[in-house]
Amino acid sequence: MSVNFAALLYLVASVFFILALKGLSHPETSRRGNTFGIIGMALAIVTTLLVLPEIGLSLVGILAAVLIGGTIGTVIAMRVEMTALPQLVAAFHSLVGLAAVFVAVAAFYNPSAYGIGSPGDIKLSSLIEMSIGTAIGAITFTGSIIAFAKLQGIMSGKPIVFPGQHWLNLALGIITVLLVIWLASSEADAAFWLIVAISLALGILIIIPIGGADMPVVISMLNSYSGWAAAGIGFTLENNLLIIAGSLVGSSGAILSYIMCKGMNRSFFNVILGGFGGEAAAGGGADLGDRTYHQGSAEDAAFMMKNADRVIIVPGYGMAVAQAQHALREMADLLKEDGVDVKYAIHPVAGRMPGHMNVLLAEANVPYDEVFEMDELNREFGETDVAFVIGANDVTNPVAKTDKTSPIYGMPVLNVDEAQNVLFVKRSMGSGYAGIDNPLFYMDKTRMLLADAKKMCEDIVKALEQ
Amino acid sequence: MQHEALAQRVDALLAEAQALSQEVARLSAEHGGAAIQAAEHGALSPLVVGLTVLVLAIFVGYHVVWSVTPALHSPLMGVTNAISSVIIVGGLIAAGSGGNLTSDIMGFLAVLLASVNIFGGFLVTHRMLSMFKKKKR
Repeated sequence: MSVNFAALLYLVASVFFILALKGLSHPETSRRGNTFGIIGMALAIVTTLLVLPEIGLSLVGILAAVLIGGTIGTVIAMRVEMTALPQLVAAFHSLVGLAAVFVAVAAFYNPSAYGIGSPGDIKLSSLIEMSIGTAIGAITFTGSIIAFAKLQGIMSGKPIVFPGQHWLNLALGIITVLLVIWLASSEADAAFWLIVAISLALGILIIIPIGGADMPVVISMLNSYSGWAAAGIGFTLENNLLIIAGSLVGSSGAILSYIMCKGMNRSFFNVILGGFGGEAAAGGGADLGDRTYHQGSAEDAAFMMKNADRVIIVPGYGMAVAQAQHALREMADLLKEDGVDVKYAIHPVAGRMPGHMNVLLAEANVPYDEVFEMDELNREFGETDVAFVIGANDVTNPVAKTDKTSPIYGMPVLNVDEAQNVLFVKRSMGSGYAGIDNPLFYMDKTRMLLADAKKMCEDIVKALEQ
Repeated sequence: MQHEALAQRVDALLAEAQALSQEVARLSAEHGGAAIQAAEHGALSPLVVGLTVLVLAIFVGYHVVWSVTPALHSPLMGVTNAISSVIIVGGLIAAGSGGNLTSDIMGFLAVLLASVNIFGGFLVTHRMLSMFKKKKR
């Protein structure tokens, strides 16, 4: 196959990748989008195999690798629980990062395969591109492993901070740049491997100070990195498909990071520098009144919601931890049978990764057209009879709108406080991850339902059935 | 007198024309050399082509991703994760070029890791998307 024809097929594959993302603009077209992505990938692989002149027996090895890897990937993807999606995605990002490093090593020791020179005489631009691709790949690899460990609970979600941390990271960053210059001028093996080693260390150091609650930003950020690593390798290989696919993924991850940061009213740098959630409960010195709260029972809740016209359910990650989504959906179904208008309101950072809560609700067979984003529903709380908060806390805290001394001031929150009645399902009277008390608990219209989320939903279902 | 003056003038002009034509020849020779040089070095560098593609693809990505509905941001991560495994192309070239053991091993490993991601990424996205159903009416 001629190189030009192959380049055209790569272009077609790129278009399929763009269509794959485009398909996600609506749930109805999304499945077709995924199929487009698969077609694009298959086209890319077959084209590459056909364009290799001396493939010969290596094809057996390649097919074996695809078979082994494909089987592992299939088994993992079939078995994973939807609550564990963030870990899975983090683990997958690490693989892309490591693969990028492997490809860069191959290009460094066998440059003629990629037409970028001969060993010891690699083109200058290729050396620079190669080292950037390697560095991003290595950072993605170890960074994603740390993110995985934190999400999986292997490592504590608490931020790990030590004095001089940012200076150390900065110094390592500068050393990496110097090493790239050394590699570009001498093509020394040592320079290449030092770049790999320091980038691996940097990946760990960048992620450890970031607290567990900021993981949605971290995952999106690593998603972006994995794309840039692919694009960086694309420059080394002078392959436009890799550059296009890498840029699509890179910009996608960057946009998701931005959306997550905005959902928490944090700047990107603030998240990256880390340490949030480590300090003790500060601020929130506002007068919270007499601090007495009204406890409610499942029967009270059932009665209130049954007699309501409109109910908005506000689910948070706590609901998923308690595996309460199925019981919750059952509760909503019974209410709908009674003619109650039930909607779900999702805060951008409700889950552990962007859009996580929507997937968890979809898994529990909640129709997607009953699930709304915060901005779509926030004005309707005033006309809502009951707001049912389950497993969420900080994202409903009205302090974010009023108290300038609060650490979460300015964070966009759901206007639960505007509803006529509030039902708040909570395990105990503790505060959220940011350690901030929620005045919503102490309002006269609020009933605290202190129990395990799943148990409470089941009890409400029982009460509704009577 | 007039004839003499005219003849002198013609001679002078001829000399000038000769000098100019020599100058033209010299310049065009120089220019030709430059053109050859341009053909050697000035063919668009792959780096510039790559940067053009990169910037345009970022713009496409920016606009396409903002059109993704927030409800599908998790599947978006799943599918972009699978797409970034297009790095398998680099692994295939490393493994399939022959004649270099390091390159073969690295290529094999890269293909293996990227395959985990391709199959896993697209499949988990498919699982997620098949859960998104409309209200039964």
